Amino acid sequence: MNADLFNFVAGLADDRLVLGHRLSEWCGHAPILEEDIALANIALDLIGQAQNFLKLAGDIEGAGRNEDQLAYFRDPAQFLNLQLVEQPNGDFAFTIARQAIFDCWSVYLLEALSSSSHQELAALCVRAAKEDRYHWKHSSTWVQRLGDGTAESHQRMQSAFDALWSFTPELFQATAAQQKLVAAGLIPNLSSLESQWRKAMNELLEMATLKVPTVGAAAGRPARSQHTAHLAPMLSEMQGLARAFPGAAW
Amino acid sequence: MSKTEATLNGDSQWPLWEVFVQGPEGEPHSHAGSLHAPDAALALQNARDVYSRRGGVSSIWVVPAKDIIASSSAENGLMFEPMDSKVYRHAQFYKVPRGVKNL
Repeated sequence: MNADLFNFVAGLADDRLVLGHRLSEWCGHAPILEEDIALANIALDLIGQAQNFLKLAGDIEGAGRNEDQLAYFRDPAQFLNLQLVEQPNGDFAFTIARQAIFDCWSVYLLEALSSSSHQELAALCVRAAKEDRYHWKHSSTWVQRLGDGTAESHQRMQSAFDALWSFTPELFQATAAQQKLVAAGLIPNLSSLESQWRKAMNELLEMATLKVPTVGAAAGRPARSQHTAHLAPMLSEMQGLARAFPGAAW
Repeated sequence: MSKTEATLNGDSQWPLWEVFVQGPEGEPHSHAGSLHAPDAALALQNARDVYSRRGGVSSIWVVPAKDIIASSSAENGLMFEPMDSKVYRHAQFYKVPRGVKNL
């Protein structure tokens, strides 16, 4: 049971660590200064959440690994993030679409987990949900403006959602391990997440004059155990310093 | 608020907004700085991200810079100089009579 809970909490952490790192790649490159700061703020929120979840995961595991060891000294195959969040930034529309898909899902997930019987996990989720509600407000604001903006911004926003939609089934793939945690009462039943997320995304896309993409039957792969080719290069950049100078402090 | 006011200015920037931030509730909103944003909703979000990230903020106002009517520095002599010679408008001008306990 501990291993299942470790994997679940580490998955929450890795989603945020990887997405936070991707967003941090915008620093100094965003379309305008104000958005540069907004994306950096969101990145820092997510990395802070990842730090908390990884620390908790380390405590649950009980093998003496702290958040830094988990973040910097696991290899790509041991990362448990969604494929969605490891996708490269693309253009601004692509980053915003990736963010909106994630934020909407994350708010519902964290709100559900806020009633976990695992008190520490619940407390971290209450705090993180507050941050993610603002992230969702920001990303959905942009989806509306770009979708319902110029012909070019509309087309870019639509292509971004079309390209990313095939990564969305993984959000809702319930694993056997997850079912065990539900049965043990450690996490609430997450089966209503998909319909909540679909409803909110449909409303947003409609307001933004965008079409809801369709996606074929979900591939039968186990959730979170496989990655696209984009994760490894990102991690080697992220982990480079910690591995070259173990224990480096500043 | 209108959905999109994303008209470009001559300097190819979005419209300029002035940001006023209130610390603790009850304090006056003070001018914090300015920013560019395509519309009011994003101006407010940008203001939140740029000017409240270190905490301690309870309210933000954003105002389109073009709607602020400012005095002209060329008129400073006319507008403000006469005030400099009116010391009696300062409380310090008045001496407290000896023996007054509750003033």
